[in-house]
Amino acid sequence: MAARIAVVVFPGTNCEHDVAAAVERAGAAASLTWHRDRDLGQADAVVLPGGFAHGDYLRPGALARFSPVMEAVAGFAAGGGPVVGICNGFQILTEAGLLPGALVKNRGLRFVCAPSRVRVDSERSAVTAGVAVGTVLSIPVNHFSGSYVCDARTLAALRDGDQVVLRYLENPNGSVDDIAGVANAAGNVVGLMPHPERAADALLGSTDGLVLLAALLAQAAGVRAA
Amino acid sequence: MTVADGEPLHRSLGLTDGEPLHRSLGLTDGELASVEEVLGRRPNHLELALYAVMWSEHCSYKSSRIHLRRLPTDGPRVLVGPGENAGVIDAGDGIAVAIRIESHNHPSAIEPHQGAATGVGGILRDVFTMGARPLAVMDPLFFGPLDSARQRWLLEGVVGGISAYGNSVGVPTVGGELTFDPCYSGNPLVNVLCLGALPVERLVLGRASGPGNLAVLLGSTTGRDGIGGVSVLASAGFGGEREGAADDAKRPSVQVGDPFEEKRLIEACLALLDAGLVVGIQDLGGAGLACATSETAARGGVGMDVDVSAVPCREPHMAPWEVMTSESQERMLAIVTPAAWPEVAELCRRWEVRATAIGTVTEPEVTPGGPVGRLRVLEGAGGAVLADIPAASLADDAPLYDRPRAAPAGLADRLADDPTGSEPAGDCGAELVALLADPSWAYRQYDHQLFCNTVVGPGGDAALLRLAGPGLPPSERGMAVTTDSAPRWCAIDPRAGTSLVVAEGVANLACVGASPVAVVNCLNFGNPEHSEVMWQLSEAIDGLAEACTAFGLPVIGGNVSLYNESAGTDIDPTPVVGVLGLVDALRARPPGVGLAEGASVVLLGRRSDGGPGHPHPLGGSRWAVEGRGRRGGKLPGLDLAAHRAACELVAALVAEVAGAPPGGTGLGGGDGGDGGDGPMVAVHDVSGGGLGLALAEMAIAGGVGVRARGIAGHAELFTELPSRFVVATHEPGPLVARAEAAGVPAAVLGAAGGRSVVMEGADGSALVDLQLAELAGSWRDALPSRLDAPTEGAGNARG
Repeated sequence: MAARIAVVVFPGTNCEHDVAAAVERAGAAASLTWHRDRDLGQADAVVLPGGFAHGDYLRPGALARFSPVMEAVAGFAAGGGPVVGICNGFQILTEAGLLPGALVKNRGLRFVCAPSRVRVDSERSAVTAGVAVGTVLSIPVNHFSGSYVCDARTLAALRDGDQVVLRYLENPNGSVDDIAGVANAAGNVVGLMPHPERAADALLGSTDGLVLLAALLAQAAGVRAA
Repeated sequence: MTVADGEPLHRSLGLTDGEPLHRSLGLTDGELASVEEVLGRRPNHLELALYAVMWSEHCSYKSSRIHLRRLPTDGPRVLVGPGENAGVIDAGDGIAVAIRIESHNHPSAIEPHQGAATGVGGILRDVFTMGARPLAVMDPLFFGPLDSARQRWLLEGVVGGISAYGNSVGVPTVGGELTFDPCYSGNPLVNVLCLGALPVERLVLGRASGPGNLAVLLGSTTGRDGIGGVSVLASAGFGGEREGAADDAKRPSVQVGDPFEEKRLIEACLALLDAGLVVGIQDLGGAGLACATSETAARGGVGMDVDVSAVPCREPHMAPWEVMTSESQERMLAIVTPAAWPEVAELCRRWEVRATAIGTVTEPEVTPGGPVGRLRVLEGAGGAVLADIPAASLADDAPLYDRPRAAPAGLADRLADDPTGSEPAGDCGAELVALLADPSWAYRQYDHQLFCNTVVGPGGDAALLRLAGPGLPPSERGMAVTTDSAPRWCAIDPRAGTSLVVAEGVANLACVGASPVAVVNCLNFGNPEHSEVMWQLSEAIDGLAEACTAFGLPVIGGNVSLYNESAGTDIDPTPVVGVLGLVDALRARPPGVGLAEGASVVLLGRRSDGGPGHPHPLGGSRWAVEGRGRRGGKLPGLDLAAHRAACELVAALVAEVAGAPPGGTGLGGGDGGDGGDGPMVAVHDVSGGGLGLALAEMAIAGGVGVRARGIAGHAELFTELPSRFVVATHEPGPLVARAEAAGVPAAVLGAAGGRSVVMEGADGSALVDLQLAELAGSWRDALPSRLDAPTEGAGNARG
């Protein structure tokens, strides 16, 4: 049976259909979970998709962390379940304290929607397990607040803990250390600014995002088996 | 029936008591007389305010309607033509496509960020009002030259506003245009087109029916923002520098947008329509509640009672006329049966959308002339009647003007001032570089990928999207859309220029393999009280009608924006044409613009103008207008049949590439056959900037040089003769044979390869010989370098 992926929808989320379609193309079954739900059902993995949850008012992710579903997400993560935040989802995970650091406005103070090349720098994460370090993927970015920041001690800890999952080859936003994605210490919670669901169909120009989604599905299947 | 007298409108508008109220509201003495005739009495203040906004130029099209009737509007695919919130065509596979274009010129001139943002919001509501999910936005923008700090502020603000609203509301911006000309310095143009799709059976129209049904206001609260937007702002020109302070004082007439509210409103309305819970639905745009209530009632042949005290207001003590004419954003009016109301309220609660019953549909009054639905504004349900007017009179009895028309005084001189023979050749390489500009500075700020439909996005000849979206039946088809304009042509000859613009749109669609199916237009013109502006408008409409008729294209919607003037000077006539096309099978990426190493470069279409004039006319070309400041001359001729043949050939060749089953080498590189092995590896139409610019852009896009031979001097390099395409192919023989069989001339110009871009004259001398890297650098830096110019007047003089 296919892995079950819960795609969390906040008011203002807008990438939920794209993520659901991409993970289904990769072989999973996707279901949309409303932000007021306190139960993730039988999910084997959770994705927080991109968009502007609660309008990004106050600060991206600052209100979404208080949505009822986030308690369930935190519980799922604590139990070792794979949780992936893409773009706005990454911002929400940092605001919720499930990932270190923060995402601030891009260098240049403009929105950027463009192709990006990222290098896989860790195999210890829910989206890169089994993907060789050094693999270069072409996956678009689409954000205003995508510049990853953290203090020096956190950065050192991320490096020492092999938690930097993806780095940009051409940094589009001023992120510290070219960071495009990070994981928690256990590797089961991951945030990334590039949108793998936008690189999941040859018709759109790249299928490299399927590499990350396939790894996630494999992790989800592992959770199921355990 | 007694009607309560209006509130002291003079005082709330800050007017002196001596000024006749109707004139301050924008109504003429004659129009006041018409109102009195309709009512059979003097209108009270509230009624006068309602007529003033609804009979404004912006809402009533009183100067243009008489001419718009000449446009062809019927076609086999048309489900909804002009006059509704959006035009709708049947795209096949059970899917309908809705399309609409509008201007937000005046608000953007005053407050660029909010002006452009609310332009996006408004057009989205027009589309989801029809039951369609908005799937794509296009933004044609026009500014003065960027060596002025004000123009840079306007461009930054407008692009930032589109980015902030469009990205957040979750609709991709997939293309547009960026035009700079001094005629827009005092009055920029911000047009916006939206495309949406729906299952055919969900199509709804904005009309009320069923007396006793409820009128439910959805979305945002009603505030004092945007009051008089259609009359104060949109239906008058700007004073320019001298009256800058007066123009700035109009800023409170600009609305403020909230994309998060709109996003929830979209989801709630589409859910209501999916559940079949509404009888009719209408967006609130220009003229706010006055427009939405009267239009839905008039279309349904019924009346409506509106309880003005039930409308949730953003601030206290709002007068009834303010509530009725406010243009506060993110609001919709739904007509709901009393039985469905609890379910509607519950669904809106889930999406956190405010829903308030503010009125009821009423039986039309029986009169000797037939049934008349009345719009009544009440203070509390069953309370005092503040206004009582025939609902249809606000829309249908609006004045209709056939304003005087006359060709501009200097027209003969302008036509005689032809740069074609008289303007000497210069350094073609430098002149080519000056025409290059990469628009990605703007479109990188737009999410152009959401919904994963964008196969060809901004920067291509046309946007090409999968015909897909949440809730739509599956389809292999694609839809394509382009917006085009050429004010430099229309200033010389608005009729021929507008026909050429339609032709350009059809050619752009051909480059992505699409066949055109429908047209929308946004007619941006100056002050209609100037006879030459009315002449330009009338001529442009004729040119639009002629081209659309020749190509078999129905015009399914449009917008007219007048009073685009500053300090008494009108903008050049700027009809913007949006053309919608379809692709039967979209399975692989079309060839694209980029050249490939070793490919032959072929020109499809005529090599020169066959008429009695110069073989390579330059009148109205970017080379002449932007490069040499020559704004006169003669436009190249358009052979409609030859144009159609060339476009159909190119569309068929591209469709063969796009329709091929995916090559399927699987994961990894995954460029899906881009620039594959078919008869065609690249294609670009020859338009502004001519053959020279087309070749340069193809070389830059492909990262490959090119050598073209036997070009008849600067005139052939820069002429904008229509109906022509540059194609790159590895099989020039078969391609030329196919073109000849289709009756389309074809000539091999040279080949792609190397690191330099060379265009040789007939005698073998180099007209252009540039390094590709240099060309690409100029192209990439053109816009950013102008925007980063430090101070006014000190900027890069180029362009």
